[in-house]
Amino acid sequence: MLDDLALNGEAEEYSYGFLDEQTKRMIRRAILKAVSIPGYQVPFGDREIPLPPGWGTGGIQVTASIIGKTDCLKVIDQGADDTTNAVSIRRFFARVARVNTTESTGEATIVQSRHRIPERPLQDDQILVMQVPQPEPLRRLVTSEVETRKLHAFARYGLMQVRLYEDIARYGNIVMSHDYPVRVHDRYLASPSPVPKFDNPKLHRSRALTIFGAGRERRIYAIPPFTDVRSIDFDDHPFERQKWQSCCARCGAEDSYLDEMLLDDAGNTQFVCSDTSYCNDRLSEGASR
Amino acid sequence: MPVLHVSNIGKQFVMHLRGGIRIPAISNLSFSVERGECVVLNGPSGAGKSSVLKMVYGTYETENGGILVRHGDRIIDIASADPLVMKQVRRTTVGYVSQFLRVVPRISARDLVAEPLLAEGEHHDVAISRAEALLDRLNVPESLWALPPATFSGGEQQRVNIARGFITQHPLLLLDEPSASLDARNRQIVIELINKKKAAGVTMLCIFHDAEMREAVADRFIEVSPLLSGQNGSEPSSDASKTPMPPSSRAQSTQKRRGYLSGIRT
Amino acid sequence: MSDVVKPVLQVNGLTKVFDRRLACQDISFTLHRGEVLGIVGESGSGKSTLLKCLAGLMPPDAGNITLSLPDREECDLWRLEEAERERLLPTILAIIHQNARDGLRLDVSAGGNISEPLMTNGHRHYGTLRSVAMEWLKNVEIDPARVDDLPQTFSGGMQQRLQIARGLVTHPQLVLMDEPTGGLDVSVQAKLLDLLRRLVREFNLAVVIVTHDLGVARLLSDRLMVMQSGRVIETGLSDRVLEDPRQPYTQLLVSSVLQV
Repeated sequence: MLDDLALNGEAEEYSYGFLDEQTKRMIRRAILKAVSIPGYQVPFGDREIPLPPGWGTGGIQVTASIIGKTDCLKVIDQGADDTTNAVSIRRFFARVARVNTTESTGEATIVQSRHRIPERPLQDDQILVMQVPQPEPLRRLVTSEVETRKLHAFARYGLMQVRLYEDIARYGNIVMSHDYPVRVHDRYLASPSPVPKFDNPKLHRSRALTIFGAGRERRIYAIPPFTDVRSIDFDDHPFERQKWQSCCARCGAEDSYLDEMLLDDAGNTQFVCSDTSYCNDRLSEGASR
Repeated sequence: MPVLHVSNIGKQFVMHLRGGIRIPAISNLSFSVERGECVVLNGPSGAGKSSVLKMVYGTYETENGGILVRHGDRIIDIASADPLVMKQVRRTTVGYVSQFLRVVPRISARDLVAEPLLAEGEHHDVAISRAEALLDRLNVPESLWALPPATFSGGEQQRVNIARGFITQHPLLLLDEPSASLDARNRQIVIELINKKKAAGVTMLCIFHDAEMREAVADRFIEVSPLLSGQNGSEPSSDASKTPMPPSSRAQSTQKRRGYLSGIRT
Repeated sequence: MSDVVKPVLQVNGLTKVFDRRLACQDISFTLHRGEVLGIVGESGSGKSTLLKCLAGLMPPDAGNITLSLPDREECDLWRLEEAERERLLPTILAIIHQNARDGLRLDVSAGGNISEPLMTNGHRHYGTLRSVAMEWLKNVEIDPARVDDLPQTFSGGMQQRLQIARGLVTHPQLVLMDEPTGGLDVSVQAKLLDLLRRLVREFNLAVVIVTHDLGVARLLSDRLMVMQSGRVIETGLSDRVLEDPRQPYTQLLVSSVLQV
């Protein structure tokens, strides 16, 4: 399908990285504003992308607006580089932006991700682009946008705390395991996108810039490098990461987020790293050692 | 300065629902009551005795004249007092006992009697034990203390009401036929309570229809005579109070006044 | 003497216009701590509009609403920055709605409902929040064992009491009640009245209560304000207004009460 698009000559330069210059300027402005007000959701004009909404159109537009020819792109979906969506998006940018792509976290300058933050800590020269289905952490509690904007404006987040209260009252602990809301720079309440709460601490004082793009909801927000990011909790029920009894069955990692894999029809399972790049790196390091 | 000094008070009711007719209630009444004195207002039914008590309590607005009472170390004119001041005056200085108990839903007789003390800031246990002692003194059976008085007999309600009025140390008490439906034995107890208050220096302004009661407690009588009124609503008040009015229509207007009162009690 | 103490609330010349119709016209009054002010009047007389202006929900077109609070300077509610007003109000003011459903989150447990205002004000200790919630359930005569039950499973009277607990848990200086006993049957209403009387005394609350039930007004309030067509036509001690009504409308109102 991409071959049908006439991408050559001037036109190609004008729409480098798929989006036209005007659109990229608009999105870059939104990104700059988002970086200036950490955690604040900046509206932007969502453009048509050759991908169904909800499959990462927000992330793609952010990536398309910041990518340059010297960049090296990594795309992950649920921690894996080889899922259909990750492969398609990677090929898309290799074609429209003529950039190198990689599966290694360390090599990438831009990492576009859905549902995971890489295990290997990101560095100053890296940018993490997160695909976000629902940017508004309060949306499940308050349906009105007018109302949620007001709550953000007055930093009135008692309601979110009520949700944690209800969890503890009903189940004895906070059961929210994904999309666990955070306070950014002690000001805005933000959704870290549907990453497991295991990944939340990675956002705290991260060396890399994180940009969140929500295409369908037309919002961009960001966490600049070295920003305080705290998962909300109670003094006597502090935030906790998920823990596993076992380690990764492949690389033996004890510090990574594990997926449970079904092995056979008998229901036997084993746990392996969700971040395939991290797992492979560990394996090859182990082999070379 | 006497405890209560009433000078030239006057009042009329304007009945807007009856074409704005004016019914004079009190005109040019003056009297004083000294400390520890029990003064009984005398006069035929409908003469405005109750109105005088209500004016002194601030329930009826006083149109002319002044009602001075000693409130702590100040002198307050009830006729012109701010509601906020009036609230304090009622809390600590002027008490009022009517013939009817204002029943508060669901509140026990014991708590109802203790309430004025609690409002003054008295400790809960002290207030309750004082209330119980007073109920006991007035022969209200102990089995009733924990019940709301709504279902009590008229006499029992009246005794609860007296207990509620007598529990505080207010220096001025207004009694509006508090013993109307009591038997001889309980009337005797009320007489004793009044005499005890008198001995404690409490000033009382009362209405009693019962002659025996009147003679037993009164130090002095003040005559309140019925006013005669005209029917023309557009006439100015000063003239209206001097125009004669047949006794029958006077009685009717009294009944109408009661209509207001009973309407709110429920 | 407490009459020289600054009133918690001073309203001065408050006016609100809807479509060139005066909903509230030049309303002035003061309210002290421990005082209950009743506002009576027929539907459309401006009672609810007045309450909304006081609650910070609707700006008046003219006039001042001045709050005198401990630990802060006197301020005019509607001359504060919006953010400042929104930050201040939940800490000093509670609104009790006629319909408990308007004041509660029905999908959140009783304990969550009571704790929310505290959490909004920054409380972050689950154990404390929970014990405060249970204490308040006891305060409003609900079995503390029901702390985890949803308000949907409560009776109308219990929901209303839960709403009161939620409103008073932050110890507000000022409580605004809009027909708090409306829609409840008589025995439930009596219990609620009793509770409100006790809470007003216990916490020395300053209360504005809008009602059309004169019996409720007399039982709860020290002073009454009678409103008609957006104006205050009569004001005074509750028993004075009800037993010696001066204005034609007040006389009509008082004489229209059903007698049992």
